[in-house]
Amino acid sequence: MALITVTDLVLGYDSQIILSDLNFKIDQGDYLCIVGENGSGKTTLMKTLLNLKDPLGGRIVTGDGLRRNEIGYLPQQTAIQKDFPASVWEIVLSGCQSRCGLRPFYGKEERKLAEENMERMEIKELAGRCYADLSGGQQQRVLLARALCATRKVLLLDEPVAGLDPMVTSQMYDLIAKLNKEGITIIMISHDISAALRYADHILHIGDKVFFGTKDEYLHSEPGRFFIEQQKGENKDDR
Amino acid sequence: MIDKLVLYFQYPFVRYAVIVGVLIALCSSLLGVTLVLKRFSFIGDGLSHVAFGAMSVAAVLSLTNEMILILPVTVVSAVLLLRSGQHTRIKGDAAIAMISVGALAFGYLLMNLFSTSSNLSGDVCSTLFGSTSILTLTKNEVILCVVLSIAVVLIFVLLYNKIFAVTFDEDFAKATGIRADRYNLIIAVIIAVIIVLAMNLVGSLLISALVIFPALSAMRLFKNFKYVTVFSAILSVICALMGILISILSGTPVGSTIVAVDVLAFFICYVAGRVKGGVIG
Ligand SMILES: Nc1ncnc2c1ncn2[C@@H]1O[C@H](COP(=O)(O)OP(=O)(O)OP(=O)(O)O)[C@@H](O)[C@H]1O
Ligand SMILES: [Mg+2]
Repeated sequence: MALITVTDLVLGYDSQIILSDLNFKIDQGDYLCIVGENGSGKTTLMKTLLNLKDPLGGRIVTGDGLRRNEIGYLPQQTAIQKDFPASVWEIVLSGCQSRCGLRPFYGKEERKLAEENMERMEIKELAGRCYADLSGGQQQRVLLARALCATRKVLLLDEPVAGLDPMVTSQMYDLIAKLNKEGITIIMISHDISAALRYADHILHIGDKVFFGTKDEYLHSEPGRFFIEQQKGENKDDR
Repeated sequence: MIDKLVLYFQYPFVRYAVIVGVLIALCSSLLGVTLVLKRFSFIGDGLSHVAFGAMSVAAVLSLTNEMILILPVTVVSAVLLLRSGQHTRIKGDAAIAMISVGALAFGYLLMNLFSTSSNLSGDVCSTLFGSTSILTLTKNEVILCVVLSIAVVLIFVLLYNKIFAVTFDEDFAKATGIRADRYNLIIAVIIAVIIVLAMNLVGSLLISALVIFPALSAMRLFKNFKYVTVFSAILSVICALMGILISILSGTPVGSTIVAVDVLAFFICYVAGRVKGGVIG
């Protein structure tokens, strides 16, 4: 059975439908990239997968013993305020909260987990620093470490490299690829189609035309060819 | 001066006032950090005005125990207000402003129309700016206050980690299975209880100061949630203690004196934060 199976999903707000008849399937260890234009509903899809909002129709079924609260999440452009007084350690540790259930305090196990994940993200020396004072790349690593505390199985990443410089961006992609090799299923929203094609094994394209399949299938599909051409054009304009 | 204080402390009502004052200051500072960070600095104001409105209704109905009406009404308003912050079209601050001004006007109107008291403006003034009621507490009121305060502190400590998670990133908390709505509800109820308690001390108008000043002061100095929380609690207690003592010695109004000390403490912390660059811990 697949890790997450989505059938006939309808996305939207209130009664306004953004996207309908969405079908796809994610297996353990997959690296899925979700691409599409601005406003096509990528973040909405992710929030629906995370149970943050209800779908207007259709079903999301989790299998392989995955519980709905075992999903790690890296939000898009966090709304966390600039002046929030919180240390890196406090934030990473807060990722363990879901393990605690009704237990009020963190135990040894949670502390160890937080420490391990900070090591994994190479942010151990930042532990005492204030989150708001970190660079964008460092902040993303902190949030990734927190997400890893919440899950051993699936990570949902909403534009993890937005606003990062090329160097840090490629480090971030490598980090995510490494996690995927360690067996964590990755579901990532990205605007960067070339990175998506480099790292992912499956592509979900949403928009006027919906496509779901492996990377190779995408390269030969109509929306894939169109989207890739378009992005190349945009990149040329940038230069 | 010390002699004078020792003399005063022989009176039970002075001891009561100090105990209640310190406890209320402690409780109100605890959630201050969360409220400031959730952009709900004014919730104290709004809720205390609601409590004022409820109090007027209670007075008009000449209920013997006003709390029966005031507490539930304030709790319900707190729940509605905190909820409005997230989903509805009216933003949190606008909703608070509406409810606050509405309840204030409504309460004053009722008092004006139906009041039997001969000194109406005096009554209103003392409800708004804190009456002398902190000096006229009965033993039962003190016990009630102690019990409620202990409950608030206990709940806060037990939920501290969850409150942090929900305040820092509500979406993430929800996505990982934390019942954020439930904790928001608890936060709202605690706030309402604190507000109703604090009205005795500083009055409706000054409650916000009691809630937000210690938090803002602590945030000048520390950049770690735990330190900010602990420091603001300590600071709030010290300020309340000093304010009460000063007001006893010099006969100034209790509520305004405490708030004045809080303001002073804020400026000291601000300057200290500037000097240190604000990075400790
Ligand atoms: N809270 C909301 N209420 C109503 N409509 C919304 C809400 N959030 C988003 N939308 C609408 O839903 C559509 C999809 O938004 P979404 O954020 O999912 O797009 P996206 O694909 O993530 O875009 P981007 O690439 O810019 O992040 C947009 O048209 C947006 O206007
Ligand atoms: Mg988005």
